[in-house]
Amino acid sequence: MSDRRIYAFLDRYATLIALALLILLNLAITPNFLSMQTLNVNLTQVCTIVIVAVGMTLVIATGGIDLSVGSLMAIAGALAPMIFMGKLFGIDSVGLAVAMAIVIAIGVAGVLGAFNGWLIARFGIQPIVATLVLFIAGRGIAQVLTNGNLQVFRVPEFQFIGLGRVFGLPFQVIIMAAIVIAAALMLRRTVFGRQILAVGGNENAAALSGVPVRRVKIAVYAISGLLSGLAGLIVIAINSASDANLVGLGMELDAIAAVAVGGTLLSGGRASIWGTLLGALTIQIVRYTLLANGVPDAAAMVVKAAIIIAAVWLQQKARTA
Amino acid sequence: MALDGATLEVAPGEVHALVGQNGAGKSTLIKILTGYFRKDSGSVDFSGGPFEVASPRAAQEAGISTIFQEINLVPSRSVTENICLGRETRRFGLLHWAAMHKEAGHLLARFNMKVDVRRPLSDFSTANQQMIAIARAIAFDARLVVMDEPTSSLDERETAVLFDVIGGLKAEGISVVFVSHKLDELYEVCDRVTIMRDGRTVRSCAMTEIDKLELVSTMLGREVSRRDGHATAFDDSRTREPGKQLFRGEGLADGGHVRDVGFALRQNEIVGFAGLLGAGRTETARLIFGAVRAATGRMELDGAPFDPRSPIDAISAGIGYCTEDRKIEGIVPDMSVAENMMLALMPKLARAGILDETRQTEVVAGFIKSLGIKCSGPQQKIRELSGGNQQKVLLGRWLAMSPRLLILDEPTRGIDVGAKAEIQKLVNRLADEGLAVLMISSELEEVLEGADRLYVLREGLTVAELGRAEITEDRVLSAMAHGATEPRPAHV
Repeated sequence: MSDRRIYAFLDRYATLIALALLILLNLAITPNFLSMQTLNVNLTQVCTIVIVAVGMTLVIATGGIDLSVGSLMAIAGALAPMIFMGKLFGIDSVGLAVAMAIVIAIGVAGVLGAFNGWLIARFGIQPIVATLVLFIAGRGIAQVLTNGNLQVFRVPEFQFIGLGRVFGLPFQVIIMAAIVIAAALMLRRTVFGRQILAVGGNENAAALSGVPVRRVKIAVYAISGLLSGLAGLIVIAINSASDANLVGLGMELDAIAAVAVGGTLLSGGRASIWGTLLGALTIQIVRYTLLANGVPDAAAMVVKAAIIIAAVWLQQKARTA
Repeated sequence: MALDGATLEVAPGEVHALVGQNGAGKSTLIKILTGYFRKDSGSVDFSGGPFEVASPRAAQEAGISTIFQEINLVPSRSVTENICLGRETRRFGLLHWAAMHKEAGHLLARFNMKVDVRRPLSDFSTANQQMIAIARAIAFDARLVVMDEPTSSLDERETAVLFDVIGGLKAEGISVVFVSHKLDELYEVCDRVTIMRDGRTVRSCAMTEIDKLELVSTMLGREVSRRDGHATAFDDSRTREPGKQLFRGEGLADGGHVRDVGFALRQNEIVGFAGLLGAGRTETARLIFGAVRAATGRMELDGAPFDPRSPIDAISAGIGYCTEDRKIEGIVPDMSVAENMMLALMPKLARAGILDETRQTEVVAGFIKSLGIKCSGPQQKIRELSGGNQQKVLLGRWLAMSPRLLILDEPTRGIDVGAKAEIQKLVNRLADEGLAVLMISSELEEVLEGADRLYVLREGLTVAELGRAEITEDRVLSAMAHGATEPRPAHV
C-alpha cells in the first residue's frame, strides 16, 4: 500500500524532480550555466520539439500515434520558401508573400494530418501503419517539390518566427508558450478536450454517449499536422535554409519520447500537456549537460533512452503496484 | 485494505460457493489464491502443505486455475494453442502440432465437446470459450478451479452444460470455487457456501443449512424486507396508466440477429424485452439508438419517421441507452465520476465549446446525492467504484439529459443486491414520472415483476406481447422456448 503511494507520487512528480535535479547538477558542474544565454540556447532548441510534442500528446491521448510529424515538417519547410521566394507564383509585396507562405505551408501540413486521421477513422487502419504512409512518402514529396535542392534564403520578415525577439524573449519561445497554454486549457476546459480523453479512454463508450469519434480523431491528427508544419517553418527560419532531407528528421521519436517521459499514457485516455513540456525540457537539458561537459551526442542518445525506460517503468509501477 | 481476516476452506471434490456484495472482498481473496495479489498476513494451505505463490503462473503450476468473468484467452489463436499455451509439446525442439491437436481434442471430448481445434477461439460462442478455458485449466492438472461469475454471459442451456462439466470435475476429486450473483445457481450446483462481507468471512456452511432469504440477509448484514415472494424491488401494487405512444418499431431487421421485430413504447410505462441470449434484444436496442442502422423496417418517434444514423441522432431525439456491458461500452475507466456522468450532457452545458464547470459540478453533485452514489467525491476515478455505483453513474449520465425514452440493457447485471433494489426502485419511479422505459433483462424476475408490458423475442422475432395481467412465468417461458402459441398480436 505504501509502495503504491510512493510510485504514484513518483509517477506524478518524477519528471519535475528529475528536471530540478538536472538543473542543480548543472549549477554545480557546468560553467556559466546560470546565464540568459544558456536559457535561450536551451529554450530555442527545445521549442520545435515541444510544439510537435503537444500535437503528439493529443494524438496519443486518443490512443493513436503520429509517425508522420517529421515528414510533414519537411513538406512545410520545403513549401514555404518556394512561395515567399516567388518560385510558385509572383507576389509583389514581401509581407503578403510571407503571410501566404506561412498560411499555405502550415495549411498543407494540416490537411495531410487530416488525411492521416481520415485513414484511421474511416477505414480503421492502425495509426502506426496509417501514419507510416506519410512518414515515408512525405519526405519524398518534400524532395520532389525541391528537386532535392537546398533552398537558401535571407528574408527577415519570415525569419522573425525563428530569430526574432519580443521583450527580449525569442519569438519562437513565445509561440511555444502560447501553444502549450492553449492546448492545456483546451484539454481541461473544453468539450473537445474531454472528447479526446473519452475516445482514448473507451472508444465504444464514447461513441455510445454521442461523442463524434471520427471527427475527434481526424481533428487531433489535423492539429498534429498543423503544429508539425509550424515547427518545420521555425526550423528553416533558424537555419536560413531548407533541406528536405534534414528538416524534422527523427522528430517523431523526440516528440514521442517527450510525451512518454511526461507521463502521458501511451495507451490513451490520460494526457498531460505540462508533463510533455517537462519531458521535452528534461531530455533537452540532459543533452545539453552532456554536450556542455564534453560528452558526445551519441552518448547523449543512450542517456535519453535510459530516461524513457525509467519513465515507462514508473508508469507501469504506479498502475499495477 | 480489502480483506481483513477472511477464511475460506474447500474440501477436495467440493463445489464451494463464494458470495458477497460487490466490495465484500471476494475478488481480492481469489486474486490472493491465484497469485495476482500478495497477502499482508495469514496463510494458505493447499493439498496438505503450506502454499505460497508469487504469480498467476506459479499458482497454475501448483494446481490452482482461475476462469475469469472476462475469459482471458487469446481470441485470434487456435483452440489448441489456447489450451496448450505455456506447456507445449515439443519434438526435435520444434512444436509437435499433431500431438497437441490430439491432446486438445481429447480434453474437450471429456466435456462432450467436438470442435475443430485448429479454428481460432473467436469462432466459438462464449459458452464454448468458457469450456475451452476449463479444459485449459484441467490440462494444467488443476486441483482447484476458481470460476468467477462463469454464467454471467451464458444462456440456460449453456449453463446446464457448464454444470454438467462441474459435476464431472467433482467426480474426479477436483474442487471448484464458484462465484456468482445468481442465487438459484448456487443451490443447483454448490455443496457449501462461504459468505463474505466487508473483507471478512461471516458464515461458512453447507448449502442445505441456509435458505435463500437467510443467505441474502447474511450477505447484506441486515434483514431484507421481502414481501410475499417478491424477488425484486418493483412495486407490485403500482397503478400507473400508460400515456401516449412515443415510439414504434415495425418489421425491424439488422441482417443478423434481428429478423422481424415490432413493438411500441409509451410514456409512463416500463416495457420489458424477454428472451434467451441471441434472441436479438440488445441488437434491437442498438437499432433504436442508431448504433447500428436498420436493414429493413421502420421506426417512428412521436408519429414521425425516425431513422437515426448514429447515437448522436438518437441522443438529440431524447433517447438514452445504458449498455449491457459496463466495462466495454459504459465507463471511461480513467475518467472521474463527474466526467463520466457528464459525457453525454457536456456539449449542451458548454458555451462556444468551453465547459461550464460550475453548472456541471451542480448537476453531478445533485445526482450523486439523489442516486445515492457511494464515492469519495465527484473527482474519484470511476474504475475505483463498485459495479453498482458505476451503474448508477451511468444512469446519471442519461438522466442528466432528461430523456424521453430510456433503454436499460441488463440494468442490474453483476451488481450487489442492495444496489439492485435501489436501481429497480428508481426505474419504477422514473416510469411513474412519465418516462418511457425499455428494459432488457435476462433475470426473469426483473421483467416479470418490473414490466408493465412485455415483449418476448425469440430468434430475432417478436413472438409475444403480454399486458401486465398476462405476464406470468409460464407464459413467458413458453414463448421464449417455443414461440407464441397464439397468433402474433397486432401492434398497439
